[in-house]
Order: sequence, then C-alpha cells, then structure tokens
Amino acid sequence: MNVAAIDAAAALPLRDPDARRRLGGALLAIVLLWPLLQLAEFRPAALLDASNLRVIGNFLAGFLPPATDAEFLGLLVRATLETLAIATAGITLALFLAAPLAVVATRALSVSAIGPGPGRWRGQALRAACRAILTVLRAIPEIVWALMFVRVLGLGPAAGVLALAITYGGMLGKVYTEILESTDTRPARALLAAGSGRLAALAYGLVPNAAQELTSYTVYRWECAVRASVIMGFVGAGGLGQLMDQSMKMLNGGEASSILLVFLLLVLLADAISAVLRRALA
Amino acid sequence: MKSGDDTCPPAGPADFCLSCLLGGAALLLAIVASFAWLDIDFTALATRESAAAMGDFVASFFPPDLAPDFLRKVALGSVQTFAVAAVGTLLAAALGMLVALPAAGRLGAPARALARFALNLLRSVPELVWATLMVLAAGLGPFAGTLALMLHTIGVLGRLFAEAIENAPPAPESSLREAGGGGTVAFVYGTLPLVWPQVIAYSLYRLEMNIRMAAVLGFVGAGGLGQMLYFHLSIFQQAQAATVLMAMLLLVLVVDSLSHLVRGRLAG
Amino acid sequence: MAFATHHLGLEHANGLRALHGLDLRLAAGERVAVIGPSGAGKTSLIRLLGCALRPTAGRIELLGHNPWQLSARELRRLRARIGTIHQAPPIPPRLRVITAILAGRLGSWPAWKGLASLLYPADIAGARAALARLDLADRLFDRCDRLSGGQLQRVGIARVLYQQPQLILADEPVSALDPMLADAALGQIVADAEQRGAAVLASLHAVDLALKWFPRVIGLRNGEVAFDLPAGDVSNEMLGELYASEGRVVPTQANDPALLRALGGPDPQAAPRLVRIDSCRGQG
Repeated sequence: MNVAAIDAAAALPLRDPDARRRLGGALLAIVLLWPLLQLAEFRPAALLDASNLRVIGNFLAGFLPPATDAEFLGLLVRATLETLAIATAGITLALFLAAPLAVVATRALSVSAIGPGPGRWRGQALRAACRAILTVLRAIPEIVWALMFVRVLGLGPAAGVLALAITYGGMLGKVYTEILESTDTRPARALLAAGSGRLAALAYGLVPNAAQELTSYTVYRWECAVRASVIMGFVGAGGLGQLMDQSMKMLNGGEASSILLVFLLLVLLADAISAVLRRALA
Repeated sequence: MKSGDDTCPPAGPADFCLSCLLGGAALLLAIVASFAWLDIDFTALATRESAAAMGDFVASFFPPDLAPDFLRKVALGSVQTFAVAAVGTLLAAALGMLVALPAAGRLGAPARALARFALNLLRSVPELVWATLMVLAAGLGPFAGTLALMLHTIGVLGRLFAEAIENAPPAPESSLREAGGGGTVAFVYGTLPLVWPQVIAYSLYRLEMNIRMAAVLGFVGAGGLGQMLYFHLSIFQQAQAATVLMAMLLLVLVVDSLSHLVRGRLAG
Repeated sequence: MAFATHHLGLEHANGLRALHGLDLRLAAGERVAVIGPSGAGKTSLIRLLGCALRPTAGRIELLGHNPWQLSARELRRLRARIGTIHQAPPIPPRLRVITAILAGRLGSWPAWKGLASLLYPADIAGARAALARLDLADRLFDRCDRLSGGQLQRVGIARVLYQQPQLILADEPVSALDPMLADAALGQIVADAEQRGAAVLASLHAVDLALKWFPRVIGLRNGEVAFDLPAGDVSNEMLGELYASEGRVVPTQANDPALLRALGGPDPQAAPRLVRIDSCRGQG
C-alpha cells in the first residue's frame, strides 16, 4: 500500500467491464420487444378511443347499483348452487379417475422393487404408461375440454363436470402419486414383503400416513374447481359463468356487478370452507 | 385417568370417531345432492347413439389439417399468443413492483392497506372476466388479452413481491438511510438486490401460467390461438381445431422449457 | 465540535439498560477509541451517535445540531456528514464492489445520479482510489458474495472513506482482519481523518490497537464510562478493572513484544493477563 502504487492505480482510467455486455443485452431486449408489441397490437390509445370509452363508460355506469330484483336474485342463487354442484360432482368423478391411476403409478406399491424381484421392467413400463396418461389428461386446459364438450353435449353443466373430471383427474392423480411416494413407505413395503396384496398394503400401510395430505390437497383442488367452474361457464358450461357471460353480452352492468360480487363472496366462502376442513383434518 | 379403572372402556375396534362419521355422512350427502341438482342424464350419455356420436366427434379431429397456408396462420397465432403473454407479464412485473412498495409498508400503514386491497381485487377477478371487460374498453383483439393478463398478474406478482420485500433483511436499506440516502435510492441499492432473484423467478413462473391463459382468452375475442380454436369449433371444423390444439400444447412445452433454462442459468 | 452528549441514556424495550449517564465530548478533528468487554454498550453508543437510534434519556448534539429536532430533510443532510463503519457490512451479496462503495455518497448525490450510477458507475476512479488504500483495488468489479469476510469488511471501510464524512464512527472495523491488515487498515482510517480534519470514534476489541492509534481512550463498562483519558495515562490496573467481568483478560492483537511487556507491568502478580487473539475469521 505505498503511495506510488495508490497514485498509479488512481491514474489509470478504468472502464466498467460489464458495460458492454449490459448494453448488448439492452439492445437485444429492445429488438425482441418491438415486434412483440406489434404482434400484441399494443395500442394504449385504443383505451381513449371515443366509441370504446362510450361503451365501457355506459357499462361501468350501470355497475351501481347492482341488480337486486327478485327474479334476477332467484337466477343468481340457482346459478351459484349450480356452480358449487359442478365443482363437487367434477371433483368426485376426478377422484374415480385419479385414485386407480395413482395406485398403479406409484412406486411405493411396487412388489418387484423389493429385492429387486422379477417383473421389474414390466412394472416400470406400467408405471410410466400411467404417468403418461396423467400428463396427457392435464395437458389441455379444462376450458378447452369444456368448449369441446359443449359442442357435443350442448350447453349446460354436463360439459363442465366432464371437463373437470378429466383435467382434475390428471392433477389429482399426479399429486396423489407423489404424496404416496413421499410418505414413509416402510410399512407398505413390509406388508408387501410379507406377501400381502397391494390393496391391503395400500389401505394399512400407506393411507394412514398419507390420509391427511391426500385429503388436504383434494379440498384445495375443490376450491380451485369452484373457480374453474365459473370460468368454464363462459363457454356455456352453466353456473355463474354462463349467467355473467349472458349479462355482459347484453351490456347489463348492474347484473354483471351483482354476479361479480357474488363470485367474490363465493370464492371467499370456498376459501373459508377449505381452510376449516384442512384445519379439522390436521 | 386412574389406571385399572374399569369404568374406562378398553381401546379397540369399537373405538370410532363420531365426528369423522358425521363428517363423512355430510360429505356423501353433499356429493349426492350435487349430482341430483345438476340432473345430468348419465344414462343418455351411456347409450349406443351418444357413444357413437362421441366416437364420430373424436374421429373428426383426425387427421389434423396440415396445409402450409393454414400452418402459417397457426404459427402466426402462436407467436401472437406468446406476445400477449410476454408483454402482459412484463408490464405486470414492472407495475407490480411499483404497487408492491406501498403494499410492503414503505409509504405508511394506510397506503399499505389500500395497496393490498387493490392487489387482492385485481387477483380475485379471473383473467377471463377481465378479458370480457377489456374487450369492452379496448375493442376485440389481442390488446384486450394483454390488458386482462396484465391486470390479473399485477395482483398476483404485486402481492408476491410485497411479501419478498417485507421478508428481506432491513439492514442494507436502513444503513443507507442512516448515511443520508433518500427512500428510493436506499431501496434500489439496499433491498432490490436482495429480492431480485425472487422477482425474476416469480415472473418467469407467472409467464408459464400466462401462456396457458393467453391461449384461452381468445375464447372471448382476445386473439391468438384461442380465437382460432373457438372459431373453428363453432363452424365444426374439427380438423383445423386439432392443429390449433397441437400448436397450443407445443407452445406451452417450448415456453416451459425456455423458462426452465433461464431460471437454471440465473440460479448459477 | 464533532459531538457532545449530556446524560445520554439508552434503555431497550425489554427494560435492559444499555447506556446510562454518558457525558462525552469530541472536538472537531479529534480521535478517540472506545474499549470495553462484550455487552458494555459500545455498539449502542455508536448507533446513537450515528442517528440510527433515539436516546431514551439525555441529549445529544452532532456537528452542532440536535438531530432529533431537525426536519426530515435536514436530518438526511446531517446523516450524510456522518459515516458509520459496521462490524458486519450490510451489503447485499449480489452487489458489485464498485456499487457498494459508490453507495457511500448516495446521501450527497441527487436521486437521478444514484439511479443512473447503476447503469454505468458514476465515479470509477474515486471508488478505485478508496479501495486501493485498503489493498483491494483488483477486486473492484467483483461481486460481493465472492469476497471473504475480511475483504468484505475492507469494502465497508472503503465505502465510508469514499463518503468523506466529517465524523467517522467505527464499530469494530477490523475484527475480521489478520493483525497486519488490521493495523494497516486502522492506519488508513486515521490518515484519511487527519488529512481531512475529520473526527473519529472507533470501538475496538484489541486494546493494543486502540492504544497505538488513538491519543484518547474511553473505557466503557456496563453502559457507563469507566475512564476517559489520554492513551498514555491508561494503566494496567484500569484495564484489569475494565475487563474484570472477563477474568481480567485484556484482549490484544499485535505480537509486539515491547508493547506486551509494557502492558505487562513490573508486578506479574497484580498485572492483568494478556491474551493474543488471532483472528479466526480468515486472513481477510
């Protein structure tokens, strides 16, 4: 640390070595961003367009007061109950799909893994096939399934229930598989090694430990299903969503705000029920 | 409990949980009531005619339309969907960070409550509902989709960012304030570098979700692959719809892998 | 006048009394070291002097102002003139060294300059000069999480040197440095203060460093001033009293036999035991 060295060091004009890379990155970002903005037809001025302002202005003006006439409230209550029913029925069917697939797909119930014994490749292939099925079930968003089912089955809740059954079956199946594998598998393996059947090993070995996590996740998925049911309604699958779609198509702001309020309350309610159930299970 | 007291029933198979039984019964009741309310005619679904109709419907998707002209349209739709998701997420990350500052308490308690309420409101309304509103405000097309994604994602990211900021150690920022720095620079030099990795991770994760949403928003007129899918299904052109579906799956796969890659590189 | 305290006291929320009845005065350009056992209140004193905490009793005057009666803007300006060297520099790990050092002048720069400096550093030469004094100039553009604990501590010192405050407060600034580097770093702090006429208050764990570099020494014990004397007047008896709670073991760092002998005194029985502490936090 002598003075000469300090002076020499201070005399050297230094450039920031990262500066060039940062500048290059910034230019690249701009070059990529510009066409993206064009493609997305990003035109903030459209928000201030006179005709658009009139439409949204009238609509928002109709927001208050929210529609409260008796006939509409009747429709609202029926739609809410329908949404809840779609979610519950959909999850139930999803369970019928998910549970068997998860039981076959989980490594925790593999008899051939003990040893390892014979039939390992067959077991692995079977498990891989089940996991592939579960992935495929999950790949397409439920609203797309709903749209397709509406084309075949017509408007109404059936499309929503089936769509939920398929996609949520895939989701539940995948998570059940993981839960079964992440809990303590020794009791199940001990039972299998002693020659018990797989279902017995599942019931006595795995389920007691995993039950809480399994039910907790299922309740959480039910809560998601309530929201998904509303969204699928927009393509004609019944419930609050279909009601709101109709109201918005008629530019009825009062009805839309009522439905929105009820939807927010419903989500809160589902959230509360879910929290209570999960705490009760803990 | 006194030991050897024979008024205590012995523990064993007879021991069951009454509340569990009641709970289970209530659950079963709810499920049966749901199916009853919906009144879905499952038997009609199981008839030979409806099975045949389903079969025909599924068969009509194959083979998918792979004509070069149509593929070009689908490719354009894919890029448009990606653009909607990317621009929406980018704007949401920037604006979300701005709202996260009051939501983390940097501007006082009343501002915090207001910001958190606004974020919750933005979050609770589903993207599709925002999209129907934005179609009214900005007209049909991808811009409405971008706005819808942006609004919803501000709610999600804003809350995540606010929590990250509140959980960050306060020492770097407070030491800069104690050396005379103003609020903005103290935050940018002190806390932002601490939460930056989380900001990027959350934003990329949200981009993956938004790609899926962007495809679907087209159903209400927000352009991209969704609008194409809705259109072709409405006029019963299943072969074209199949191509669009495949493009959706491919897009999701590509974006998921890219996002994975970027996150892996940033973590290193 | 650098600072003056009248009956300064600090009581923590849980009732623990950190400081009590401190009447201290430091003239402009003066240097003083604060020594004492752990828990004596050294860090609390530095935080009070740095306007990081409000005193619960008494008054404090910094650079001629009562900080807690100033407006927010005036308080900011006052704080910019006081620099605190922390024992563990609160620097985000992802930050580069140059940004950490330039942050020292955020108090005097306008906000736009502080933000623009993130895009391209505003004063590379100045930061380099500050870092070169601590023999770390070659790490100027490295990320702080690539530095060892001792190197990071030197970056914290460089930040305050770059800030050029009128009052330097140092809370165990060389605790993570090995003896030679610690001595050299303290020398740089003292030289910088002398050159600019700044006042220095440093709390130090190693007594020999305190006696070597500072003409005035304050002994703090249980939150009260045990003694406040010129360095030459500090006797072994006083040191032993001061560190009585730690078995009369007086911590030192240097391996200077003459100094150790001097501290040892003529009567080995009555003399406090001297222990050399090797920095176990790496070669800094």
